[in-house]
Amino acid sequence: MQKQPFIVGSLVALSLALSACAAPQTQTQTQSAPQRVVETVVVTVEVPVTTTPAPAAPAAAATPVPAAGAAGFGETLKAIQARGKLVCGVNGQLPGFSFIDPQGNWSGFDADFCRVLAAAIFGDATKVEFRPLTTQERFTALQSGEVDVLIRNTTWTLVRDTDLGLNFTAVTFYDGQGIMVRNDSGITKLEDLKGATICVQKGTTTELNLADALSTAGVEYTPATFEDINQTYGAYAQGRCDAVTSDKSQLSSVAKGVLPDPDNHVIMDLTLSKEPLGPVVRHGDDQWLDIVRWSIFATFFAEEKAITSANVDDVKANTTNPEIKRFLGVEGELGQKLGLSNDWAYKLIKQVGNYAEIYDRNLGPNTKTYIARGQNSLYTNGGLLYSPPFR
Amino acid sequence: MKKARELPAAELSDLSAVRVVSADRAHTPFWRDERVLRVFAQLAFLAIILLLLGYLVNNMLQALSRQGLVLGFSFLSSTAGFDIGETLIPFDRSQTYGRAFVVGLLNTVNVSVWGILFATLLGVVVGVARLSQNILVQFLARFYIEALRNVPLLVLLIFVYAGVFLNFPQIRQALRVGPVMLSNRGVYLPWPIPTETFDDFRLFLLAGVIASAAIWVLLWRRHKGSGPAWPKWVWSAGVGVGLVALGWVVLIAQPPLALEYPEVEGLKVSGGKRFTPEFMALWSGLVIYTAAFIADVVRAGIQSVSKGQVEAARALGLNGAQTLRLVVFPQALRVIIPPLTSHYLNLTKNSSLAVAVGYPDLFSVSGTILNQSGRALEIIALAMSIYLSLSLLTSLFMNWYNRRTRLVER
Repeated sequence: MQKQPFIVGSLVALSLALSACAAPQTQTQTQSAPQRVVETVVVTVEVPVTTTPAPAAPAAAATPVPAAGAAGFGETLKAIQARGKLVCGVNGQLPGFSFIDPQGNWSGFDADFCRVLAAAIFGDATKVEFRPLTTQERFTALQSGEVDVLIRNTTWTLVRDTDLGLNFTAVTFYDGQGIMVRNDSGITKLEDLKGATICVQKGTTTELNLADALSTAGVEYTPATFEDINQTYGAYAQGRCDAVTSDKSQLSSVAKGVLPDPDNHVIMDLTLSKEPLGPVVRHGDDQWLDIVRWSIFATFFAEEKAITSANVDDVKANTTNPEIKRFLGVEGELGQKLGLSNDWAYKLIKQVGNYAEIYDRNLGPNTKTYIARGQNSLYTNGGLLYSPPFR
Repeated sequence: MKKARELPAAELSDLSAVRVVSADRAHTPFWRDERVLRVFAQLAFLAIILLLLGYLVNNMLQALSRQGLVLGFSFLSSTAGFDIGETLIPFDRSQTYGRAFVVGLLNTVNVSVWGILFATLLGVVVGVARLSQNILVQFLARFYIEALRNVPLLVLLIFVYAGVFLNFPQIRQALRVGPVMLSNRGVYLPWPIPTETFDDFRLFLLAGVIASAAIWVLLWRRHKGSGPAWPKWVWSAGVGVGLVALGWVVLIAQPPLALEYPEVEGLKVSGGKRFTPEFMALWSGLVIYTAAFIADVVRAGIQSVSKGQVEAARALGLNGAQTLRLVVFPQALRVIIPPLTSHYLNLTKNSSLAVAVGYPDLFSVSGTILNQSGRALEIIALAMSIYLSLSLLTSLFMNWYNRRTRLVER
């Protein structure tokens, strides 16, 4: 008798917790309830802007706020427009990629790509809500519709693309896994790590690559795994580990932005893996996938054609190149095919800039988190960035 | 339900009125019959719960199928692909998620068992000290209890980990305290390693255990048969230890156990028994935190024994320690055990804060598996049911012990 209410209670609690993970409809609606007033205001502002692409906007304004999680063609964009802002999942602890700067603003390479999307959708790069996520939360947050897009230095792998129900849109940053050690440790090659303790962040591809690489090389080691970036590098800084491993971009960003003695650490001259990083969306809404993918391509394309935020007005007024005319919405209706306004690319270049501008602003030579462009250059400069034609 | 039966005293006194009501029952229509209504209310409540559950589960399944995900536990047999820093059973990247789960579970059990053991010891000592006649001891115990009960465990754990164990010297400047080696890679103790003669020595060990058990039973029977009360523990333990010592002397040419001392070797320490900073931080944090609560439970238990019992024991000529051991404690135990059980459960559940200090317990490992396999629902459900089973097992054992120590009332 005594145990029954207990068991029933725990079952209820269990199922509540479970459905909370996967019940986007109830969750997002209750959460967004207090924000209703703000939303309606935004929508009324939005209507005149989107009169040309027509049917989508009034429909979105009339229906109650659809859940972002309801996947299906066009639903994500509708939900974002009705909400009045894009919810973007980011890292939040990584200077140069996504970080809250001393002025309290989100800054970084990943954060700017969130702004690119907001500019493409709303014509206003500020309409982004940044949602910092841990490595462990990130996929569940995306699957359950808590965020619209995940731009959180996430590596493109086959399992994530299929098993987790996610789509990788494009690669914004080509990275590789490295290992960082202290200068005075005398470790220069993989075999020197025999018996070492290596700090690694839990639940990452780097954790798996490390196990693969060291077991292949026959090097015995002890992993020390931590929940987040601060813990991982904090333990490394205190000498808990001989080495720390992660994507090279992250190592260099942390070494320069977080460690107290940046000059005493060196990233070993070896690469354990390919780490293509880029924005991720849910399976099921191909329109949204296209919007994210082509917004990224737009930044590549603009760099290729030397269109910057400074000269885009000029180019738009004077260009005779039909491809650039199509791109900037002077001719044709490329934007409408994505469900956006025709000058979407113009807006995102004008407000955020092309790939080179975004890169230089966050990772360029004048920043503390400088990383040489290397593979992340245009294909015309020997890099891997290549945009399909805008046609 | 009980309240419905509690009639005001005035009505109770009017027994005839009650009788009239019960005689009328045969004619009461069922929608006004309290018995039927009660059953109906229960059924309605159950139906609401089931509907709610059904709605939630259905919602979850729909959300899953929309994303093309299926539920199932077959992923447990796929290759894990990651390594775990601290394991009680061998584990490497080529083994399965299922085995990784077991590794995490064993780590949780390990830290919980040692935590419960030492928290009880420390808690009893502090609890008794709290009632000490010595003002200084009493003040220290009170300060300990008040300070630690009022600090969040997570804060305490991070303080112990980052503030204490990670601040030990680096491995190359490892500190030696006697045979113990301290560094921020862990605490290393010298550890006995069996040598070639250990197999022979095992016979002596076995003989010692059997002999001491036999002597204990023998003396216990004699004592029960109104024989003299020999100190049973002294005799049985003495004989057992004597036999083992004899074995050691016989095999002295090649001692069966050799102490292995920790030595720095390249990047790691070899030899000796290692306790990682993560384990030490979690274990000591749990122990000193839970001990503060146990101390208060022990104090309350001791104070619940009536003063007359102590005075009577003193009158019989028992000294302070004897009074505590023979009179006060057995009676206090009845009050202590139920709340003690819930502190044991708390300790086990609190061990899931291991993620904060990087100790690979069940919750931490399931977090890793969750992220590598993406099976959030299954893994959370599995982890919850394992914690539930662990807690129920602990409760079961403590309830059995509680029944044994309970005062038998006739």
